[in-house]
Parts: sequence; structure tokens; C-alpha cells
Amino acid sequence: MALKKRSLGRRLLIVDLPMLLVLAFTLGPYLWMFLTSVTQQSQLFTEGPSLWNATLENYARLFRTVGFAENLLDSFIISAGTVAVGLSLSVTAAYSFSRFNFRGKRILMLQFLLINMFPLVLLILPLFIFMRILGLLDTHLALIIANSTIAIPFSVWMMVSYMNGIPRSLDEAAMTDGCTRMQALRRVVLPLCLPGIIATAIYIFITAWNEYLYALTLGGRNVRPITVAVQTLIGEYEVQWGLLTAGGIVGAMPATVLFLVVQKRLISGLTQGAVKG
Amino acid sequence: MTDTPTPAGAPPRRALARQILPYAMLSPAVLVTLAIVFFPMVQTAWMSLHDYVLFRPNDFDFVGLDNFRAALQDEVFWISLRHTIIWIGTTIPAQLLLGLVTALLLNQAFPWRPLARALIIIPWALPSVVIALMWAWIYDSNYGVANEFLLRLGLIQQAVPWLADPDTALASIILTLTWQGFPFFAVMILAGLQSIPQSYYEAAAIDGASTWRQFWHITLPGISGVMVTAVLLRMIWVANSFDVIFVMTGGGPGYATYTLPLYAFLKARTNLDFGYGSAIAVLFTALLMVLVLFYLRRTGKAVQ
Repeated sequence: MALKKRSLGRRLLIVDLPMLLVLAFTLGPYLWMFLTSVTQQSQLFTEGPSLWNATLENYARLFRTVGFAENLLDSFIISAGTVAVGLSLSVTAAYSFSRFNFRGKRILMLQFLLINMFPLVLLILPLFIFMRILGLLDTHLALIIANSTIAIPFSVWMMVSYMNGIPRSLDEAAMTDGCTRMQALRRVVLPLCLPGIIATAIYIFITAWNEYLYALTLGGRNVRPITVAVQTLIGEYEVQWGLLTAGGIVGAMPATVLFLVVQKRLISGLTQGAVKG
Repeated sequence: MTDTPTPAGAPPRRALARQILPYAMLSPAVLVTLAIVFFPMVQTAWMSLHDYVLFRPNDFDFVGLDNFRAALQDEVFWISLRHTIIWIGTTIPAQLLLGLVTALLLNQAFPWRPLARALIIIPWALPSVVIALMWAWIYDSNYGVANEFLLRLGLIQQAVPWLADPDTALASIILTLTWQGFPFFAVMILAGLQSIPQSYYEAAAIDGASTWRQFWHITLPGISGVMVTAVLLRMIWVANSFDVIFVMTGGGPGYATYTLPLYAFLKARTNLDFGYGSAIAVLFTALLMVLVLFYLRRTGKAVQ
């Protein structure tokens, strides 16, 4: 009994307390942003942010006068579009990598890895010029294409990792029973790796939702995703921090919630390769 | 199945189809990435050899390596390169260390561990613009909470304009990036920790190894692979993510927070000098490729 008591005290000191400190550092800035967002603009510069007299005025202004709903819609269209492009192109590619041995497989796989390694700045300049020539600047399509440069290689890699987890004998059994390759893929493999597909889709969605530099460069006037909209809330003369932080909370909400929902599966997919390597 | 030679009687058409199938299934993804990634990249390299300013769209003069020569004589290029090295060289170790501590804590047994694990990754999920603005507000010289906090603790005597002072601006941004990136390390390292068999520790404890010796001889070797992979991946990502800097300071004050990718981006964005911007982007990529090759050699083995 005495031993247990001491070990509890020790645990509080060497585990719980440091963990609390790390969490305070992690969540502090976020909570501070939230606190600022529910404080009235006038009070912000006199007494500072506080829960006292909490108000939703900043949020109401965000939707009423700034038109944040439209920005949310833009972000949603772009993110959903990117998910559609990324997934549809990568399913068959991932199946091919996972199930066949063929000449050039290694080089093609590395190619997809390599794409993710190139600096964004190398792509953003020519993409701007292409979109200008094609007349696609400031359209949803331009941003979907730009985000796909990240989404396609990422989802190929994730899907290969999930499909490798499904035994080959299952699709072979399906083909013995008369399915073609594509039917085996559609009826056996896809349903089995559906959780992985959903996690991949959500991660692509979050990445596209959070993307800023492409959005700023290729969009901006008609198509203004949430990240650009938040940034433009910085006024010319004074910064309206209440409004700005409210925008930050709203803009970050979908990604944060989705991330918390899928974190477990996603992390297992992301870390699998790394732990093995 | 697919590699076995077709039986003698099988029609050759099916054998051919079987050989083509893998490539056919790959072709959509490969073709699209060729069009939207590799083609633009080649275009950047091509632009870097030209004098190309966007407000004179008809002038596209071939100038050979002039842009690169200019870059090497450009003071701002060297300042940016120096900042890039400082920036990567301090952000990554800081993220790694904090991530390692967090992972070790999360690997212990305590009642609210699932909650802590879920909350720790919040910075990872936030858009970088929101992160940048949030920290700009924290660092605000008049109303920022950082100043108030440090003044109350008596660590500083007067309010510091963190982002407006050239001496503190880069360090402030590095702290922000550390905050943004350490959860990634924590999660990766935690996965590594959990793959170490418990029996190793039990055996070591029976042999009388202290906690420190267990950490040094079992834990560290067990997670070194994950740590190297995570560091390399993160280096490339951190090197790429100039959006936080762009929003927080725009490179200023002066050139105090310029980094190479930011410099290339600003050259093209504000000066519309796409030729010179491309040249800097190409130079930066060449430097980065050294890291990438190192990473690929590791993963290349894993792929096999």
C-alpha cells in the first residue's frame, strides 16, 4: 500500500506534471485565440481578453458583414474537388503497385515519393503562368489542380500501404470465382480498405483546406478560400484582433474536428512505413 | 500469379493484356502528375535561363546562366541562405527534442493518456495562416500576451516588439514553427516506442539496468530509425513552409527573416521577376536535393 502511494506521487511528479506543462504550451496559444475571439473589440485594448462579458459579436460580424459563408463554400468546393481528383487517380495506381511486379515499379514508386519532396516554390511560379495562359486564374479548378500536386502522390502512398495490408489470396479467390481484375478490385479490395480510403480522403481534405500560398497566388478575388479570407481581415490601419481570431477559430474548426476524428487510423498509416524503415 | 509464364495453350492476347495491365492502371496518375508537376518543374528550370519579367510579357530573352551569376553576387541571396540554415538548423532539433520528451511522456501509463494524445496534435491540424496570425497576436508589442507574461515574471524590463525587432524576429518565428511541428515528431516517435517489445525492458530490469541505461541501450536504438526518417521528412517540409514567415513578417523587418524559398516567392510576387525568382527556386531545390537523396536512399531500401 505504502509503495503504491509513493509511486502515485512519483508518477504525478514525473509524468502528469510535465505532460500538463507540454499541453499548456500546446493548447495555450489556441485557447488564447479563442478567448480573444469572444471579447469585445473595445474591451480588448483596455482590459485585455477575458471570459467576462463573453460575446459572439465577432462571429456574427464575420458572417454578416465580411461574408465568411462564401469563403467557407469556396474552401469546401476546392477541398472536396481535390479529394475527388486525388482518390480517383490513385486507387488503380495503388492497386497496381500493391499487387503486380513489373519492370520500372521501383522507379515509378520513387517518382511519386519524389514529387512530395520538391519545394512548392518551384511549382507555384510556372503554375501561375499556366493558369494565366489557360484563363483559369481565380477559378476553383485552378486551385483543385494545384492542390492535386500534393494530394495525388500522398494518396498513392497511403493507399499502397493500406492495400498491402489486405491479403492477395482474397482477390485471387475472387478471380478464381470468375471475377475480373477490376471486379476483384471493386468488390473485394476497395470495401476492405474503405477505412483507409476515408482516412486518406480526410487528410487530403484537411491539407487542401489549410493550403494558403496557392490560394493566394492562383485565387484571391472571386475565389477566396478561408485561409486567404482570414489573412485579408488584417485591416490597413489597425488590426481587428477580435474579428481576426474569430475567423481563425472558424477557419480552423473543420480541419481540427476531422483530424481528431481520424487521427488514430491516419497516424497508423503515416507511421507504418517509417517504423518499418 | 502475374509473373508466372503463361501456359503454352493460352492465347497470346491475354498474356499481352496481363503485361500491360499494371501500366494501364498506373497511367492516369502518372500522366496527370507528369502534366501538373514535372512539366511545370521543367518550365521553372527553363524560365530561370531567361530574362522574364511579367509586366513585359513579350520579352523572353535567353540569358544563359546570368540569373544564377546574379544570385551568387546578390547580398540578399546570401542573407537568405544563412537564415535558411539557421532556421532549419534550430527548428528541427527543437522540434525533435520536444517531440521526444512528449512521446516518452505519452508512452507512460496515466489515466488521461488518450485525452492528452488527442489534444497534442492540435497544432498539426491548424492552417498555417491561422497559426501565423495567432502568434502574431501573441507577440504583439502593445497588447501581446507574451510581453505581459514575461513582464509579470520579471524576465524582461520593458515590452519587446518581438516581430518588429531584427534581433528577435527570426527567433520568434522559430519558436512558432517549433510549436507547429513538434506534435509530428511526438506521434512518429511514439509509434516507434510502441514497437519496442516490452520483454527487452523486463530482461534489462532483471539484469539490474537503471532507467537511464535502459533508455540509452534499448529505447534510443529502438527509435533511431524513426527519428532519422522523421528528421529528414521534416527538414524538407520545414524548408518548404515559408507561409508562416510570409504571413507573420513578410520577410521583414528589413531582410531579418528572409529565407530562400520566401525570397524566390517575393521576387516573383512583388517584383514579377519570374526569371530571377525561378533561378533562386532552382538553386534552393538543388541544395534541398542533397537532403532528399539521403532520404530516398533510406526509403528506397524500405520499398524493396
